[in-house]
Amino acid sequence: MGKGIEMDKEYLVLTYADYEAGINEGKLLGLKCAACKKITCHPMPVCQWCSGRTLERTELSGEGELVTFTVIRIPSEGFEDDVPYIPCLVKTKEGPSVVGRLDYDTERATQELLGKQVKLSGAYTYKGDKFSGGPRTCPVFSVELSND
Amino acid sequence: MGRCGEYDMVLAGGTEKALIMGVPFATRTFAMACHAPTEGPAGLTFPGVFAMAARLYARNYNLPLDALREKMASVSVKNHRHGALNPLAQFYNKLGDLKVEDVVNSKMVADPLTLLDCCPFSDGASALVLCAAEDARKYTDEPVYILGTGQGSGGPLSKMEDLTKPASRISSAKAAFKRAGLSPKDIDILEVHDCFTIAELIALECMGFFEWGEAADATVEGQTELGGKIPVNMSGGLIGKGHPIGATGASQVYWVVKQMRGEAPKGNQIDPVPEYGMTDTLGGDFGTLCHIILGRSKK
Repeated sequence: MGKGIEMDKEYLVLTYADYEAGINEGKLLGLKCAACKKITCHPMPVCQWCSGRTLERTELSGEGELVTFTVIRIPSEGFEDDVPYIPCLVKTKEGPSVVGRLDYDTERATQELLGKQVKLSGAYTYKGDKFSGGPRTCPVFSVELSND
Repeated sequence: MGRCGEYDMVLAGGTEKALIMGVPFATRTFAMACHAPTEGPAGLTFPGVFAMAARLYARNYNLPLDALREKMASVSVKNHRHGALNPLAQFYNKLGDLKVEDVVNSKMVADPLTLLDCCPFSDGASALVLCAAEDARKYTDEPVYILGTGQGSGGPLSKMEDLTKPASRISSAKAAFKRAGLSPKDIDILEVHDCFTIAELIALECMGFFEWGEAADATVEGQTELGGKIPVNMSGGLIGKGHPIGATGASQVYWVVKQMRGEAPKGNQIDPVPEYGMTDTLGGDFGTLCHIILGRSKK
């Protein structure tokens, strides 16, 4: 790509590597948009709400609501040792949703969990395979007990 | 193609060999349709994605999960009934007499989807020959015309506002209807992307054939069967016919064409033959969609 073309400009204020390093330190990192003020998380080169390009790093609280989950019984190749495990979708307090894992007893995980308050409690790193682009980390959430 | 004048005649289709991969590698391969950086480490599989959508569907419409599982099972029962009658189907002569209990009690893949809620891993191929509408009668006495198409793309799951109402599917179907000058009530037959039972329900609602949350009961009541409001997946669908992923889109069109020519297998054929048909094909991470509306006559 030639000089002067916008694509040359480094838009990646927060890379996936940064995001994953943050999770390993117990932090949920995102981006705050100067135009619409909303938070983008997982990281993108532009604001996920308004496509704005003036972004700065920010840290989210790690708190949110469990939107949905499933318990995987038949895994992808590479995840056999984890079975059964719980991928989940969490809507953060700040607005954006993130995919991660839920730290919960798989045999007790029921519909009642949907809508419960959860908080970032750890990190899960997949060692990687020839298709994953190296090891990858996702957030792990736990259910807040104070709600029951 | 015909309008652009680029090509006179096109062969379109696809093929897949997934059975040979074995379950773990095939699961990994189709999980590649997920968003690698964020959904990869979570260990999401494609049944897992739809399982998450099923739980959300149950919550959104205040259904106890067990009740939804039974309604979803009726999709599998219907599609296997028709797949069993289809000589080209992976489950020809098999599973034609499924009961809801069989589906609900089969092996759990990703809670709450069981093996019989899922389409199989398949080997297969399908192809279509396309030409300009005005030339069609040079080649066949029974052309079928493409009246409208729509397409939509979405991002990762985390960026979707509501997994039960993927925006790209809604807009893709609308685009196809607009182009064809038709609406859901005009369509006589559907081949939708029932990769999982819940997928058929979500597809029907996104395309406007049933109100939000109503496709489940509509299926149980037989409204998507022969003689019902809108026959869906009379070929057996992906669940009953098989889902060789690269071939599915063309296969869905193939079965609409066969129906329009009165050539569908006995027990699957709509009578009188459908005038208008529609296909719904899904891909990458829930949000990549394509819709095609077909008709027995040019508009």
